[in-house]
Order: sequence, then C-alpha cells, then structure tokens
Amino acid sequence: MHGIHDIGGMHGIGPIAPEENEPVFHEEWEGRAFGLFGATYVFAGYTVDEFRHAIEHIEPAHYLESSYYEHWLFAFEALLIKRGIVTREELDARVALLRKEAE
Amino acid sequence: MPVPHNAKPESEPALRVRALEAILAEKGLIDSKALDALVDTYEHKIGPRNGAKVVARAWADPAYKQRLMTDATAAIKELGFSGLQGEDMVVVENTPEVHNLVVCTLCSCYPWPTLGLPPNWYKSAPYRARAVSDPRSVLKEFGTELPDTVEVRIWDTTAELRYLVLPERPSGTENLSEEQLAELVTRDSMIGVTKI
Repeated sequence: MHGIHDIGGMHGIGPIAPEENEPVFHEEWEGRAFGLFGATYVFAGYTVDEFRHAIEHIEPAHYLESSYYEHWLFAFEALLIKRGIVTREELDARVALLRKEAE
Repeated sequence: MPVPHNAKPESEPALRVRALEAILAEKGLIDSKALDALVDTYEHKIGPRNGAKVVARAWADPAYKQRLMTDATAAIKELGFSGLQGEDMVVVENTPEVHNLVVCTLCSCYPWPTLGLPPNWYKSAPYRARAVSDPRSVLKEFGTELPDTVEVRIWDTTAELRYLVLPERPSGTENLSEEQLAELVTRDSMIGVTKI
C-alpha cells in the first residue's frame, strides 16, 4: 500500500505557488526544529531514512495540512520517545508549563 | 531562551519545539549554543551561492567540468563544499537537446552543501506530485517553456544520492570572469525549474 507521502504522480493537487524572496525559515521555531536534527541525530542514532519513515506515520490528512517543520517535530517526538530519551508525559507537562508562562 | 513578549500567542509547534529543546538541554544531551550555530550556518552561510560557484567553474574550466561530470562529489569538494546531505552527488547537464529537473517525491532530499535548505515549494505536495507526471506544466509555472523536441529528464532524489543541474551557459558570456558567471546562476536553474 502506498502511504500519503508517496505522492509522486498524484493528480488534482493544484498549483505550486513558489514564494518570492522566501526566507530560509518562516518562523523562529522552524530554525530551532531544523537545528534539533543536527543536535540529536548523532546521540539518538537515527538516520535520514528512519527520520523520514517516522514522518510517514503521520495521519494522512494531518500530513497534507501541516507544515514541513511540523512533520519534523512529529518525527523528533516519535523517535526520542521510542528510544526512551523523553516521555510523552514529560513533553506535555513542559508544553503546559511554557504555555502558562507565556500568558 | 527568552519568552516572547509580543501580542501574538506562540503557536502549538513553537511551544512543542521549545519544550523539547529545553528538556534535551536539561538532560545535557544538546547544547543550545551549538544549535544556534547550526541554525546560523544554514540561514546565512550555506546556500545556492555555493552551487553557483560550482557551475561557473564548470563553465570556465573544461577540465573541471570533466571531473564534475565523472565524480561530482569529489569535484564539488575541491571548491570546499561537502558534508551533510551532500555525501554522494551527481551532476546532470542541460544541453539544447536535454533539460533536467530534480525532485524528491517522497519528501525533501536536496543537496545542502551546494544549494542550502530547500524552498517550501520543493517540499510541497503539488511539486512532488506533478514533477514526475507532468513536468512540462510544472516548468511552465516557473516561466520555462521548452520546445517539444527537448527531452525532459526527471531525477528523483533519495536520502543517499543528491542531484545538481548544470544549466546551459548563456550565449554572449564569453568575456565574463568566473565570478561574473557565478552571479548569473540562480538556485532555480540548479534545481532545473528555470533556465538562465
């Protein structure tokens, strides 16, 4: 079975719409997400293929709706949890704390 | 990292990335300063000007071009560009008869040392879907009209192997220096969606 990532040749997806003078990162967090790959892949021991494979587990509708670096974030969380480096509870608790601090 | 004080609430992914970075830093697994340096490198230092130097050298120096077409990874390294996501490079040459176009249908693989990080459209579903099935309409969207007699070749990048297009040298550039030639070379021409 083909996953949603295996999109080569699919019809009806629409125009490409390149952006003029596009910045490397559209928001600061995208840069941090990018940097996390370089900072984690060695100690966490994942390859580019495994990282992409993790992205391919995103639910298909969310895969198409979410942005590129959201895909990366999904992969980081999945792979680091799988390896026991962080836990889902730990992450959720910290997100809740940061959200409260920002209010 | 400072907590932003602007009015716009932080998005969910922004919060989640910040949470992940904070936890990993507390565990001593990452160094936020090293992460700053990585971001700065790819935001400001590594980009398509590197690839443009490779193309200009190939135009100006036939012996270099031959090395580039035979062993692109080694020839690109001669100019100081190598490393992550450029470990195995292949250069494909545009001619009056053949036009090359690079895509990564499965995701976003791209030659980082020579082009930097890919633009959003390269990673988007429409480009990935259509580059392989209807490349001429994709090229038209970038303003590139090719005669029917020109063969279009599509190269689907993998995690291990990355492609760089060697565009055709424009006519009337015989007297330009290598530096001036490099100025003419655009990112999109090295992906193959445009000509120069």
